[in-house]
Amino acid sequence: MLKLYRRCTMFLLGFLSINLIWYLAFLMTDMAVIPNPIRVYQSFASVLSDHIAVHIWYSLRRIGLGLAFSLIIGIPIGILMAYSKKANTILYPLIYFSYPIPKTALLPVAMLIWGMRDGSKVVIMFLVIVFQVIISVRDSVINIDPRLYQVIQSTGANKGQIIRHVTLPAILPQLLTSVRVSLGAAVSILFFVEGYGTKYGMGYYILDAWSRINYIEMYIGIIVISVIGFFLFVSIDYISYKLCKWKNIIS
Amino acid sequence: MLIIENISIHYKSKKEDMPVIENLSLQLQGGEAMVILGHSGCGKSTLINALAGTLTLDKGRIDYVRDNDRQKLNPMQHKIGLIPQNCGLLPWKTVKENCLLPLKIRRDRMDGKRKEDIRKIYEALDITDFLDKYPNELSGGQVQRAAIARAFILNPDVLLMDEPFSALDAITREEASGLFLKVWNQIKPTTILVTHSIDEALYLGNNILVMGEHMGAVKYQMQNPYFGQQYPEDVTYLVTKKLLREQLKQEERVEANA
Repeated sequence: MLKLYRRCTMFLLGFLSINLIWYLAFLMTDMAVIPNPIRVYQSFASVLSDHIAVHIWYSLRRIGLGLAFSLIIGIPIGILMAYSKKANTILYPLIYFSYPIPKTALLPVAMLIWGMRDGSKVVIMFLVIVFQVIISVRDSVINIDPRLYQVIQSTGANKGQIIRHVTLPAILPQLLTSVRVSLGAAVSILFFVEGYGTKYGMGYYILDAWSRINYIEMYIGIIVISVIGFFLFVSIDYISYKLCKWKNIIS
Repeated sequence: MLIIENISIHYKSKKEDMPVIENLSLQLQGGEAMVILGHSGCGKSTLINALAGTLTLDKGRIDYVRDNDRQKLNPMQHKIGLIPQNCGLLPWKTVKENCLLPLKIRRDRMDGKRKEDIRKIYEALDITDFLDKYPNELSGGQVQRAAIARAFILNPDVLLMDEPFSALDAITREEASGLFLKVWNQIKPTTILVTHSIDEALYLGNNILVMGEHMGAVKYQMQNPYFGQQYPEDVTYLVTKKLLREQLKQEERVEANA
């Protein structure tokens, strides 16, 4: 509880100082690009009613689908690479080579194959997240203390039971950390993938307001997307707190 | 009855093929507690792992005989209780979940009597108070008792213990091994315990075996009249202790000469 309280004050302080910097920038410059933050917050209410929930929903759905596919495909591949030497020899060079390639550069290809709609958007999200998941799962499975398998093996557990009772719980903390990092990346590429072929999503919302030179709305979009990013961050923290209780005890 | 027949185990890496156990044969009667004494590196942990089914044999076989039916010892068919050196409790499961995991894996049926038996084991080992805690929250002795409970709850055909009490301080060790013996006497599974402590061997084994330094050769074997007696006030006890120490030591001297 104390931890939660401290986190809230930290959040509040961060929020206040950013707005203070913004306000100072507004005072010092005289540009339309930096409006008065107070005016932005004042017009919040009118815009919130303006279907912004739909935009948020579309963005979250794209991120959620990309993340779900990454986990469904990335976790088994990571575990396979850690347990099977053969699979690792074949897959590791491929993963190692494609990890640093900026996946957004593949956007034109994705668009040509999966179309302008959600297909290509989710595929890009997937490509951005999945490598992170594979690498982190593989590494954390390799780091599991081999002695932890002994007892469960001696009771005659099959592979599925070992994965369920030992492998998955053991990799969960690190997996959640890497998901948290990937989600940050996923939010930032919303701009990229929502800049075409859609009329919904926070990326579209900001780009649209920008093109209409409606700076107030643009800022509202920026604030909302930041809050989404923050919300995702906190929810992963919460999930990890709930699911990895055993881990919290040491710290 | 547990029959270990002519087994060999090698550790293989790319460069070398190192024999750890060569042509070892042992026989244990049902309900016997055999303690294997040996220095570290003599292959005693390897033997435990082979019995637990986590290492494959290069030669020979390990059989378990029940009602004149001789079968290869195997974790799927036989109930093997294992207490490894570090206790092997999974840190993400509570003590209770850890204790019941073997039953869950084997899909054992839980009826009223079984539950009662389990509760009795919890009580006998004095772990009832922290069943819902995680292993990280417990002291060494508590972790030890939880690991013993887990092994006994399975109602094992074969119980394997690898230096079970060596990480504990003297008082806690005495307490834990006393509780262990209390529960062991009720269930009496065929037991193999490996250790380097002579006191522990004399307290916990009705059959003591000294393993040589190399490739798991059996050097000396004796029936132990002091089984289950803590510090017996018997002159011959000290003589026996000395004898065992000599047996363990001898090896070192030979090695020094070589």
